Amino acid sequence: MALFEYSPAPESRSVVDIAESYGLFIGGEFVEPTDGRRFTTISPSSEEVLSEVAEAGQLDIDAAVQAARSAYSRTWSRMSGRERGKYLFRIARIIAERSRELAVLETLDNGKPIRETRDVDIPLVAAHFFYHAGWADKLGYVGLGPNPRPHGVAAQIIPWNFPLLMLAWKVAPALAAGNTVVLKPAETTPLTALAFAEICQQADLPAGVVNIVTGGGETGRLLVESSDVDKIAFTGSTEVGRLIARSVAGRPTRATLELGGKAANIIFDDAPIDQAIEGIVRGVFFNQGHVCCAGTRLLVQESIEAEVVDALKRRLATLRLGDPMDKNTDIGAINSAVQLARIREMSDVGEAEGATRWSAACTLPDRGFWFPPTVFTDVAQTHRIAREEIFGPVLSVLTFRTPEEALAKANNTPYGLSAGVWTEKGSRILWMAQHLRAGVVWANTFNHFDPSSPFGGYKESGYGREGGRHGLAAYLVADETTEVAR
Amino acid sequence: MPREQIRKTYKLYVGGSFPRSESGRSYPVTDASGRFVANAAQASRKDVRDAVVAARAGFTRWSSATAYNRGQVLYRVAEVMEGRRDQFVAEVASGEGLARRQAGALVDESIDRWVWYAGWTDKLAQVHGAANPVAGPFFNFSVPEPTGVVGVVAPTRSSLLGLVSVLAPVLATGCSAVVLASETLPVPAITLSEVLATSDVPAGAANVLTGSTAELAPWLASHADVNAIDLTGVEDPALATELERAAAETLTRVRRHDPGEDLAAEPGLSRLLGVLEVKTVWHPVGT
Repeated sequence: MALFEYSPAPESRSVVDIAESYGLFIGGEFVEPTDGRRFTTISPSSEEVLSEVAEAGQLDIDAAVQAARSAYSRTWSRMSGRERGKYLFRIARIIAERSRELAVLETLDNGKPIRETRDVDIPLVAAHFFYHAGWADKLGYVGLGPNPRPHGVAAQIIPWNFPLLMLAWKVAPALAAGNTVVLKPAETTPLTALAFAEICQQADLPAGVVNIVTGGGETGRLLVESSDVDKIAFTGSTEVGRLIARSVAGRPTRATLELGGKAANIIFDDAPIDQAIEGIVRGVFFNQGHVCCAGTRLLVQESIEAEVVDALKRRLATLRLGDPMDKNTDIGAINSAVQLARIREMSDVGEAEGATRWSAACTLPDRGFWFPPTVFTDVAQTHRIAREEIFGPVLSVLTFRTPEEALAKANNTPYGLSAGVWTEKGSRILWMAQHLRAGVVWANTFNHFDPSSPFGGYKESGYGREGGRHGLAAYLVADETTEVAR
Repeated sequence: MPREQIRKTYKLYVGGSFPRSESGRSYPVTDASGRFVANAAQASRKDVRDAVVAARAGFTRWSSATAYNRGQVLYRVAEVMEGRRDQFVAEVASGEGLARRQAGALVDESIDRWVWYAGWTDKLAQVHGAANPVAGPFFNFSVPEPTGVVGVVAPTRSSLLGLVSVLAPVLATGCSAVVLASETLPVPAITLSEVLATSDVPAGAANVLTGSTAELAPWLASHADVNAIDLTGVEDPALATELERAAAETLTRVRRHDPGEDLAAEPGLSRLLGVLEVKTVWHPVGT
């Protein structure tokens, strides 16, 4: 199929100024790691080294937690909600003002298209701070009694798929509720978190209220196991989520976990097909499929399977894969070599287990990590590609005949993060929404996010919510004789 | 000539029936002064599994009842308890070593607690749900839903009020329960089972096992089809830690034992919220 040719429309990277190396942000200042260990962060679309960042060790974690503790007891917990709110509003404004720079930095470090960082990630980051700023002096209305209190020091660990947005989901409610934080960004995407550290300085946020420690899994483990954190908030894999749940056993620490998913996107025969196709694309090819709530299992009513699959392939053939900095790009780079290997492995498993593989015919750049939008048909529920999270641009197509069968298949997973339903019949939407065991149900749409909308999973997709009144509650202890179960 | 009393053989309550333990085991129960009262069934790992299967089936029935109907059923539990008030008073007095008047106050509070939770069933979604003003052309709302099967380790010493305080909120939300009754004071739990069985609570919505907590609780905590576990009755920190670790394998929600919790006080929402999931639904708005 012939494509309209587009001239390149690259965003300029001159708006960002990346330092050669970064320290750890502890107690309001950038400091060198105690044992001097560093690692590089690269641009996944070109494999160019962007910067060198510090790897926090035990002493650094101790210092960061101590800084957060001290800021909590001396400053942040004594400040009125009204004043805390002003800092959050200030941060929201600075993010909005620096949004172009943050979008470019995010695209460089993560590999996702500039169109997404510019139009989705960064606007939502500012919105999260703005939304939660307004809560800071209204905590008595959250629903936990007139005087709920913060936990204290929150340890927060975030993934690489929406680096700054995940930071906002964690930091904004924590600070609004009166906690101080030690946040560890993902190993492959530390740069926007470090830019956020500069924003905290720019906002004159009291030293130690936000601390940012870079590093990999080991740094994360040290942070989780720190005896002086009161609350752990984690977004990432179910595997690591289990380790964290084990680690907090027997400790007074509370945890909220936002983990993996294997969402069903269910298309009934009366669905608006063109819109549904857009929804499928948005559901699984948005952000290269690096989305925990991605609609990776397409459940399509048997009578329209051929029509839907054909239309989907036609649509996928028009997606533009390539330079993430180009404003026309739809599909950017896979975030890391490790993730690319995982996606390749799972796709090979899909073929080996008997599913039929189709990939959009797009030219992959020579350098960087790339994977074309891929669709598997003839998929059975027992196939690994229908059960396990792939975290890449790979869709499995399954079929059903009745709403009951669609529901049974959709719920047949240990996960329960999200689901999609496409039908023009209102009563069926509500019936499906009622019976799907998932924390977010998108009906006739997919993959929308908002700071006021609670997000989080059932079952092995974790516990706790982020966003809205319910998400804020996870950072507060109820004003009762007993605490709310976590 | 005096009439001989009919002694009762205590059994488990699983899936609406009263089976013996599949293991055939039982253990002696004594009153507060150490006198033999009866033999209670000593449940096994297999009984735990059977109870979870029953609870999963019970969850489907119970969670699909309307909130209004669940409220009526919980109120019915209070009614039936009221009718057997004297029996509960005698059992609580004997087991906990209390005067009849003190025991009577605990039974009254237990009955009233069912009424309190009965009133919550059809208000929770209004109090804990939300319409969310998202920045876009979408209708977006959040509703609380029951998390599923809940394992409950009942308090060890408060044999009736403690038990009702942990079970009633689970049922009020629409969750089903597998309760491990107090090991040493199981009799009120067994009598409560008989009340539940005659109160229109669907079979499997509530299941009550008697036996050794240390033996049974690990099977309940590690069971992959248990969605949440309440460790209120686990006072041993080492066992509590072991159970929480077991629960972590399938991300089972855990409520910990809180030594400061006053089960006699008006409960608040925390026990309800702890077994609820929040589901958020989006739909576009347009012409």
